[in-house]
Amino acid sequence: MAEPVKEWTADYDIFSREYIKDPFPIWDDIRGKCPVAHTDRWGGSFMPTRYEDLFNIAKDIEHFSSQNVLVADVMPTPEQIEREQNMTEEDQELIQQYNVGAPPITSDPPVHTWARKLLLPPFSVTTVAKYEAETRELCKELIDKFIDKGRADGAVDYAQQIPPRVIASILGINKDDADTFTGWVRGFLELGLTDPELREQSARSIFEFMVGQVQQRKEQPGDDLISYLLAQKVDGEPVPEPHIVGTCFLTLVAGIDTTWSSIGSAIWHLAQHPEHRKQIIEEPGLIDNAVEELLRAYSPVTMARYVASDTEYAGCPIPEGSKVLMNFPAANRDPRVFENPDVVDLHRAKNPHIAFGVGIHRCAGSNLARMEMKVSIQEWLKRIPDYRLEDPDAVTWAGGQVRGPRKMGVVFPS
Amino acid sequence: MRLKKVTVDSEKCQGHNRCYAMAPGMFKVDEYGYATPRGDGVLASEADIELAQRAVENCPERAIEIIEGEG
Repeated sequence: MAEPVKEWTADYDIFSREYIKDPFPIWDDIRGKCPVAHTDRWGGSFMPTRYEDLFNIAKDIEHFSSQNVLVADVMPTPEQIEREQNMTEEDQELIQQYNVGAPPITSDPPVHTWARKLLLPPFSVTTVAKYEAETRELCKELIDKFIDKGRADGAVDYAQQIPPRVIASILGINKDDADTFTGWVRGFLELGLTDPELREQSARSIFEFMVGQVQQRKEQPGDDLISYLLAQKVDGEPVPEPHIVGTCFLTLVAGIDTTWSSIGSAIWHLAQHPEHRKQIIEEPGLIDNAVEELLRAYSPVTMARYVASDTEYAGCPIPEGSKVLMNFPAANRDPRVFENPDVVDLHRAKNPHIAFGVGIHRCAGSNLARMEMKVSIQEWLKRIPDYRLEDPDAVTWAGGQVRGPRKMGVVFPS
Repeated sequence: MRLKKVTVDSEKCQGHNRCYAMAPGMFKVDEYGYATPRGDGVLASEADIELAQRAVENCPERAIEIIEGEG
């Protein structure tokens, strides 16, 4: 068990129970005292908490590289090291060839520029709108399963079920594989951040699965993202297959627990605020603004940057090799930018939140995430306009890189 | 008469789609999400100016501006 944190500005622990459950007062404390905090825990990192600092660092791609965007680097176990040493040459070559990360999120320009250009059109507002009807249908089917029971787990039975199936549909993958994805992605991004064995296993499973999918699409192209990527040309040449596998890996990993966390947080918030449920039901035109406000108040994602060469920020030296946690959620609660930041106001007029980041790495799937949030909230409130948390203290949260409820019993009149 | 116009700095815009979502009649976006004002960007009414101001305040990249010029 880790030592409890006494001074958050100099020893924060983003994986502590206290931080995961209620990070908001901690951010206020850091923002007021020492806006860029530091810790030696989990490999060491710096953490800005003010909006302006996050904005500036995200824009400074020269000093703050995206080659490594995970909030914690876990040390390999002795077993993993041994396995790597005993790997066949063939395996080593394969790993070398596919060692491209998850572009464009893990790349800097110039690769980032074309990799991003490739990925944006399939996630444009217009393309994403094509998946709205099936997402609505999916939400209805999920609700059908528990509506008569008067009880459900808003995270497990609803929020977590939606993004894996929408992403599966976009990638042209059988929707029945959705539960398998969910396991892999949690293994990689959530449980795996502090468990290197599980993390490696999960990454390998996703990777092998995607290699297989790409081979299949080459033989039998369809109307899906993988086939689209295979048909694209960069400078007259087809996109290298390892790149396509990396991008598919990204789509799966980044499109699942991020969005389900947002949907889960929205359901959690609305469970406790009947006045907000009423507003959304009575003013259907409010939904877009409501989604933006919920994104601001419960931004799920903290990214990271890798310091490529010694630099300085606001007079504070940051040595090469440091990790900087991009705490976009804390920026979105900064009172310097947002009036009454801890109050959720669905009519908020000034809301330049950076839940999807800012600068060249703005989340490529933001339009998809918004659509899924909008549809899942609307469909839930249509069928379950009146509900509450079964036991607020029993709600469990995941956090660190992605924050959202993981177990959330709700009850409603059946 | 002084005209007010809305502009989008294409160097700053990263395709968040916030302006397009709140004012689809004033902005358009391309397949990458990058926004430009529709037409010449002239804000013809108080209501338009207010809407443009809202887009300015919600753009995370600070890419939108309202400029004044001779008309």
